[in-house]
Amino acid sequence: MADETLDASGLNCPLPILKTKKALSKMDTGKILDVISTDAGSVKDIEAFCNQTGNKLISTVEDGGKYVFTIEKV
Amino acid sequence: MSDNNKMTIIATKGTFDWAFPPFIIASTGVAMDKEVSIFFTFYGLNLLLKDTSKLKVSPIGNPGMPMKMPFGPKWLQAIDFGPKIPNVLWNIPFADTLVTFLMKKTMAKHGVAKLEDLRSMCQEFDVKFIACEMTVDLFGYSKDDFIDGVEFAGAATYFEEASTGNHHLYM
Repeated sequence: MADETLDASGLNCPLPILKTKKALSKMDTGKILDVISTDAGSVKDIEAFCNQTGNKLISTVEDGGKYVFTIEKV
Repeated sequence: MSDNNKMTIIATKGTFDWAFPPFIIASTGVAMDKEVSIFFTFYGLNLLLKDTSKLKVSPIGNPGMPMKMPFGPKWLQAIDFGPKIPNVLWNIPFADTLVTFLMKKTMAKHGVAKLEDLRSMCQEFDVKFIACEMTVDLFGYSKDDFIDGVEFAGAATYFEEASTGNHHLYM
């Protein structure tokens, strides 16, 4: 169960990443953030973001054009 | 943050469309833990103006621009007018204003951030904005024309900024 949820539906690159960064910066280490996005580009981008920033991408779930990324703040 | 994590961008274009790439790359760079400076020179100075209404996208001499209607019936929205309209016909008054209006509509429809919002997000993320002092003087701008938080300096300052990084873009 996520500690925080960020709904970035309808937003396009780079907004989902920028909002994810902002949301994570307000959270404590070990907390879980769910990011909801409708931007298909964010599948690759969230992965790249997590690889680069060291945060942990726990799962990516797609459901009819909606993506839910579960990220652990590291 | 290690020094080589630094990125610099030289922003030289002053049209509405080309205002986006520097701010998108800079804000994303900071989100990816880079330290980013943008050096705005020549027409790139437009990107720092308080009044962004002079930023326009022009169809003149811009054959790469797809021109699709952001509203209307589906069949109409599917047509790319770019290659269909002889470029010389865009030499009519207010063509830039019309095309800029349509591009803003299209962007809003696609959930693209507003220019001012991207710019203020860059500032919130501590992207360093440096305006080229020489071109500020050359074009007769006053420092009051620009948003707060801009540094005014020259090419040597750019080199100092760039000396510790390994990622430098010219836009």
